[in-house]
Amino acid sequence: MSLLSVEGFSLSFVQYETGLRRRRLEVITDLDLEVDAGELVAVVGSSGSGKSLLAHAILGVLPSNAAEGGRIAYDGAPLDAARRTALRGREIALIPQSVTFLDPLARVGAQAQRAADLVGVTDPAGAARTAFRRLDLGHSVADRYPHELSGGMARRVLTATATIGIPRLVLADEPTPGLHPAVVTETLGGLRLMADRGAAVMLITHDLLRAVEVADRIAVFYAGTTVEVAPAAAFTGDGAALRHPYTRALWQALPQHGFTPLPGAQPPPTDLPPGCLFTDRCPLVVPECRQARPAARQVDQSLVRCIRA
Amino acid sequence: MLEARDLRFRYRRDDPWVVDGVDLCVEPGEVVGLRGPSGRGKTTVARLLAGYLAPDRGRVLVDGAPLVRGGQPVQLVSQHPELAVDPRWRLAEILAEAGPVDADLLDALSIARGWLDRYPHELSGGELQRVTVARALLSGATYVVADEVSAMLDPITQAQIWHVLLDRVRRGGIGLVAICHDDPLLDVVAGRVVDLSAPVRVAARS
Amino acid sequence: MTAVGETLGRRPGSPPRAGAAKSLGLTDRRARTLVQIGLGVAALVAMVIAGTMLAPAAELTDLTARRQPPSLAHPFGTDWLGRDMLARTLVGLRLSLAVGTLAASVSAVVALLLAAAAGALGRRVDAGVSWLVDLFLAVPHLVLLILIAFAAGRGAAGVIIAVAVTHWPSLTRLLRGEARRVAASDYVAASQRLGRSGWWVARRHLLRHLVPQFTVGLVLLFPHAILHEAALSFLGLGLSPHAPAIGIILSDAMRYLSAGAWWLAVLPGVALLAVVKAVDMVGENLRALLDPRSVHE
Repeated sequence: MSLLSVEGFSLSFVQYETGLRRRRLEVITDLDLEVDAGELVAVVGSSGSGKSLLAHAILGVLPSNAAEGGRIAYDGAPLDAARRTALRGREIALIPQSVTFLDPLARVGAQAQRAADLVGVTDPAGAARTAFRRLDLGHSVADRYPHELSGGMARRVLTATATIGIPRLVLADEPTPGLHPAVVTETLGGLRLMADRGAAVMLITHDLLRAVEVADRIAVFYAGTTVEVAPAAAFTGDGAALRHPYTRALWQALPQHGFTPLPGAQPPPTDLPPGCLFTDRCPLVVPECRQARPAARQVDQSLVRCIRA
Repeated sequence: MLEARDLRFRYRRDDPWVVDGVDLCVEPGEVVGLRGPSGRGKTTVARLLAGYLAPDRGRVLVDGAPLVRGGQPVQLVSQHPELAVDPRWRLAEILAEAGPVDADLLDALSIARGWLDRYPHELSGGELQRVTVARALLSGATYVVADEVSAMLDPITQAQIWHVLLDRVRRGGIGLVAICHDDPLLDVVAGRVVDLSAPVRVAARS
Repeated sequence: MTAVGETLGRRPGSPPRAGAAKSLGLTDRRARTLVQIGLGVAALVAMVIAGTMLAPAAELTDLTARRQPPSLAHPFGTDWLGRDMLARTLVGLRLSLAVGTLAASVSAVVALLLAAAAGALGRRVDAGVSWLVDLFLAVPHLVLLILIAFAAGRGAAGVIIAVAVTHWPSLTRLLRGEARRVAASDYVAASQRLGRSGWWVARRHLLRHLVPQFTVGLVLLFPHAILHEAALSFLGLGLSPHAPAIGIILSDAMRYLSAGAWWLAVLPGVALLAVVKAVDMVGENLRALLDPRSVHE
């Protein structure tokens, strides 16, 4: 049984346009995802595909006009609003995207201690020390201010502070935005280590190549739905082991694999096509594709939503 | 030719030089990559080349003449498109400021017509970046400085944008400076690469 | 209105929106905001109309009905000359509202122009505007108000000048912050690289960012201005004693309070607060409407 289990999850918002007119944005439709303790699952997709919103839903920090459908279960039991609030920061932690989440006016050791205090840890100072040691941060780092740290160290402090409650489920939301490759390696390595030590880690990123290096499985999002969940080993060579045409297109668009782009863009959440969401761009499309959204089915090692897989 | 001669820049008089003696030149039809250690130095070079900052020492020249305000020969496309557009302008207006709308270019960048009525915050990062690239190309500039333009994008959007940029370069239209920390990408797009951390420059300074 | 209920799915444990359906049964939050603005504006307009229609009645003296407590014939009672207090209050409110809004408008426009100049015309102009704002804010504004009203020679003109001059600094500071932020942005830099003048930048970029805050700031200045006009008139430094401005009504009523004629001060005072509250409600709802986050239901 997986620690985190998302089944047929959907998310929509009602927004005002001009005046009193409203429209509905279906940002996530029919999403399936499972993350087990000890594994790192990367969620990959273009911006606007709903990746971050899933993390916000799990944490229970969506705006009030959000409407959900489907199920999210944590540790076997449904994850309702009350449970989300209770577990947030404790068993379920978010590592935010930007180091600006650190207070520039406080020493980092004190910030970690405060985080531990907020989470309800019995010995905040001790927990802060342990967390820093866990991430290979030396003794002297605790006394520094954020601006005195190098990029990589700041990221590690951020990770330490965010995971001070020793969470069982870690959500990392785009933890390496435009960072230097060495810092990316460091950061992702830290996440891998957390998974190896027993946590369930969900890594949200657009960087497919780096994700493949550290993840056990990769979930590919497109227009708010999971089109494929494949083992990292399938992402190799020319992508023949990849089942969904979008996943294959992503792989083949990389500079090291041919740099061939698929034309077109993701459909907006206000205007999703009937049937499969990929029909406008799919090279394998047939008339049946437009009739209904494909169900997720197991094909070899992957879970795929495609009738042609 | 877009030329940078011995560019030096620092934010305040007592600060160390952020850009320390950079030389660069680009001709229309070629792509010059720019690689380097810290993000800040490379972005500062990009802003100096496009005229957003004035160098403390050294010069930026376009065909021998210094950059002037107006008649913009050098356009900048930056890593964060949401900061480069006025959030209270519709996309149609943002594009129109640069120049008359070219339907072929919009199609090549997969910019849907429906987007033009929308505001920037209604688009995702990848969609907005396509618009800022279109804006740069519609302005009729001869040189484009692309500063980590695809660092935050998925592989397909990245490839689409670069293909359009490279196509324009190949047709003899523009000279491109590509700033990128992703070596495989730089290898594919750039004809030659200037490395800001190369030791030979340190020797040249003294 | 779309059938929101059926398009929304299960909401995970969020509490039912108790305040959602107000007395009018509206669940659409934006519609509620618009209705509240409408009610506020309607109340003020009704008051102004009533004040205009009752102007002759406010002057009517009836020496047989002096200092009468509130009754059906005279809901606000009568004063020492037998004049109906309700009529006098309404006329006074209309006067205060007119003077206050005029003064606030002048103030707000000055603030907008100064803020736009600070944003569009470069660092030195900005430094100058900042310095001026700090100068005015350093002086306690009630003292400044009294001094200027006195120096400008009393009467309506003096009050308007005094209120206008003391109210522009805080709005300017707010707008200037926004103007500087816009001026430092990459999109303004891009426009400048394309050769656009400071004037063009102010018109196409700055104005769009400043107008929403300007509008809200303008409406929220009205209550301040109205109250300050009342204060000046109360102190005898405002409108002439013959015009029944609320401040004058209140100051005249002071003499009769100890004699037990409480309605001469309390009821006009409460009416003034009601007007201020109505304007404030319009302003706050306008702010909620113009907040970019109001796009969420």
